[in-house]
Amino acid sequence: MNFSLTDDLKALQETARKFAREVMRPKAAHYDETSQFPREIIQQAWELGLINMTIPQAVGGIELSHVAQAVIAEELAWGCSGMATSMIANDLALLPIVLAGTKEQKEKFLKPFTEKFLLASFGLTEPGAGSDVAGMRCTARREGDHYVVNGQKQWITNGEYADQFTLFCSTDPAKKHKGIMCLVVQGRPKGLTVGKHENKMGQRASNTVTLTFEDVKVPVENRIGQEGEGFLIAMNTLDNSRPLTAMFAVGNARAAMEHAIDYAKQRQQFGKPIADFQGIQFMLADMASEIHAARLLTWESAWKLDAGERNTLVSSYAKRFAADMAMKATTDAVQIFGGYGYSREYPVEKLMRDAKLIQIYEGTSQVQRLVIARELLKGG
Amino acid sequence: MPIKILVTAKRVEDYESKIKVNAQGNGIVQEGLKYKINPFDEIGVEEALRLTAKHGGGEVVVVSVGTKDVHEQLRHALAMGATKAIWVNHTGPLDQMTIAGCLQKLIEKEKPDLAILGKQAIDDDQNQVGQYLAEWLGWSQATFASKEESLESEAEKSKQPAVKLSADLKSITVVREVDGGLETLECTMPCLVTTDLRLNQPRYASLPGIMKAKSKPIEEHTPASLGVDAASKITVTKMEHPPARKAGIKVPDVAALVDKLKTEAKVL
Amino acid sequence: MSNVLIVVEAQPDGSLRKATLNALTAGKQLTAKTGGELHAVVLAKDAGPLANAVKEYGVKVVHAGSAAHLAHFTADVVAPAVAEIATAIKAEYVGAAATQAGRDVMPRIAARLKAAMASEILGVTADLQFTRPMWAGAVIATVKLGTAVKCFTARTTEFPMAEKGGSGEVKAFSPAAPAKPLQKVVAFKEVKSARPALTEARVVVAGGRGTKGDFKDIDALADELGAAVGASRAVCDAGWQPNDLQVGQTGKVVAPQLYIAAGISGAIQHIAGMKGSKTIVAINKDGEAPIFQVADYGLVGDLFKALPELQAAVKAGK
Repeated sequence: MNFSLTDDLKALQETARKFAREVMRPKAAHYDETSQFPREIIQQAWELGLINMTIPQAVGGIELSHVAQAVIAEELAWGCSGMATSMIANDLALLPIVLAGTKEQKEKFLKPFTEKFLLASFGLTEPGAGSDVAGMRCTARREGDHYVVNGQKQWITNGEYADQFTLFCSTDPAKKHKGIMCLVVQGRPKGLTVGKHENKMGQRASNTVTLTFEDVKVPVENRIGQEGEGFLIAMNTLDNSRPLTAMFAVGNARAAMEHAIDYAKQRQQFGKPIADFQGIQFMLADMASEIHAARLLTWESAWKLDAGERNTLVSSYAKRFAADMAMKATTDAVQIFGGYGYSREYPVEKLMRDAKLIQIYEGTSQVQRLVIARELLKGG
Repeated sequence: MPIKILVTAKRVEDYESKIKVNAQGNGIVQEGLKYKINPFDEIGVEEALRLTAKHGGGEVVVVSVGTKDVHEQLRHALAMGATKAIWVNHTGPLDQMTIAGCLQKLIEKEKPDLAILGKQAIDDDQNQVGQYLAEWLGWSQATFASKEESLESEAEKSKQPAVKLSADLKSITVVREVDGGLETLECTMPCLVTTDLRLNQPRYASLPGIMKAKSKPIEEHTPASLGVDAASKITVTKMEHPPARKAGIKVPDVAALVDKLKTEAKVL
Repeated sequence: MSNVLIVVEAQPDGSLRKATLNALTAGKQLTAKTGGELHAVVLAKDAGPLANAVKEYGVKVVHAGSAAHLAHFTADVVAPAVAEIATAIKAEYVGAAATQAGRDVMPRIAARLKAAMASEILGVTADLQFTRPMWAGAVIATVKLGTAVKCFTARTTEFPMAEKGGSGEVKAFSPAAPAKPLQKVVAFKEVKSARPALTEARVVVAGGRGTKGDFKDIDALADELGAAVGASRAVCDAGWQPNDLQVGQTGKVVAPQLYIAAGISGAIQHIAGMKGSKTIVAINKDGEAPIFQVADYGLVGDLFKALPELQAAVKAGK
């Protein structure tokens, strides 16, 4: 057992931390306010290698360990979890290709991302199929050497700007999860319509749109894995990305705690800093211990992936615990700031709005509990 | 013409750290401190990388003196793009003369065209090593290198070096921060340059750079192996915090403020 | 009976740089303890006039080194000339003011004399150790130099200017020209300002983010007070004021008699650059701003109202 970061991990963390502090954070309020897309910032992150961390070295990527990705994800989310969501969207979209693509597909669909700044989107959720992935209605009909795709995808991160989509659709919705497959859609083919950017409560720097497919032709060689393997690919992808989402919660909560500590030391009430009051101290102590617990749980879930072990249970623990923890920590941070906390002049209410999404996306806290319970209760 | 430059990477407390003197009053409390490359040294590394990029490549050799912990700072410079690192292994206090002595021996061995050091380290704030080194090597010195353009300028954004080398590498032109303005100094090569804050904005260590740095060599020496006497000629006999200010007061208006400044503080 | 040698600096126009008078006081504090003589060395194309000015300040001997190659005060030629005199008079202490020029040349002189050096000294202890700041002034260290000759630069704000008294002897000497010149000053661009230099001013008026970039009232008050103008990092980062006005850990460290911070919230890194000021006044709309924790006098209010009032009061009091 060893809980300390290696020198390499510290160096990676240092770059991510500096980037978060100097580049992301100063612009976080601006992009939250305007809900514009922070393209230049994500491009800068690309130049430093802070996105596309999963691309294999064989096709020019840096292929970071899952633990390294988790360490970086915490720092990026500390800078702005909305921006971090848009940054990590590439890795989420490229993971199915990393996990299940052929050598040729990796050359074709991954390598360009190491050569120039490109964006990719992961298309799984639909208006009528959120937690119930197998209920998807987006279909693909084979016609000769291509598929014809029809349907809708919702909450698609970076969809408006994506150069490539990793799309999950069904050859036969009646087959439920056994009918799902994974296709790579490049560029803006005829029949693909991008909807309006969602006006969200939090994580407003991340671009979120609806995609509509009307008779969109996709070559058969763009299929990742076989027909019917899509569900498994999607679940494997989410197992891989879940530690990163959990780490977003950790970074977000850590930012809230640091603001709360600074403020509690400065703010005077009844003739002394409010940090001298036990009521405030207890809230801070809870934040600190729970943030640390969430971090260690998430590191373990990432470490299991690096060790080649199945991490479904631990990563669900991590995502569930971290997301709920961040919601509580940011709510308490707003409480410590009092009236100022409720004002957009101060940074903590944004963190609270941002945290809420972490309880929802990439498997709600309830779905994580279902997964945990299923693992607990299975077998004799 | 490719060029060889020697730079330094001192390990110092992060400038945001809160420094506390220990109970004995002979050092600082190490616990909880974060360490970084000396920011002025980092500017030196950046300038060296820009110069080699501009002059068709070359070598940037980075040196640090201290315990094995300084590998972290050497790796940082390597991740930024330095080509080779030298570690002078030493535990315990070191004065500026010893460090300059070690660097002198390494420079005689490595034979760089140029050395770029931070003007001072942000721990002891001495601002001496570069000048000692220039004298002992018999080199020209250009301390407090800066530039006329701001750090927001196009010249900075295009990552051009501020220090100008002649095409034949025989001379170097440096804009320096001097009393009352900026001086342009032309020096013969080899030259010892020390960096001021506004020379450039150092690049980040990129993730691919960090991964590549792992396989770059770190050469090891000690003051003894370089033939340098490490006995300290400067002894810190006491450390203390400056006296804390007494609590201030709030004044209701400008008239009250002027009154206080005249009668109490006696500064008007 | 150890002698002390102080290196004299000139202004660009050739007149005596005031900071040298602060360094002479440091020299006098040393001779008072060693019982030795205070010497000074002037280096210039024609060192005579400056040497005559310096001899009035309680100096035993002023060594006036005149040579064509000393037209500019560059370290390569200054170091050998100073070292020559230091050796000749058996100086135990050699020092200069902690100006940019002093900081540039003094370590090179020390290197030539195989002397250890203490930079930016704040004082001299009874047993001839030096106090000096470390970690940007967060720590004051007392240091003992263990070499036969000891060098220093003195922080000008910590030593009062030497006063006139007695008339020393001027001894001319001719420093040898170097075999091969190493350094040549090709241009000097003065940062033009009718105001005193930020680090030398008795009063500094500084503006922060609260000015929204409008320094009109700050400039006006500074002119009324004969003060220098400073700025917070936020102001320089925004491009509202040139970078050389930045006060702080990463900018200029100032320690004037009076520091007026207007619309500056008081980030830790700013406070590091001005907390040595004798009296600090803070004017800020936000009564909770951390600047008030270091201010001797705080005024919660609009700087655009307070500064003109203050200016009027100063004018009326003249």
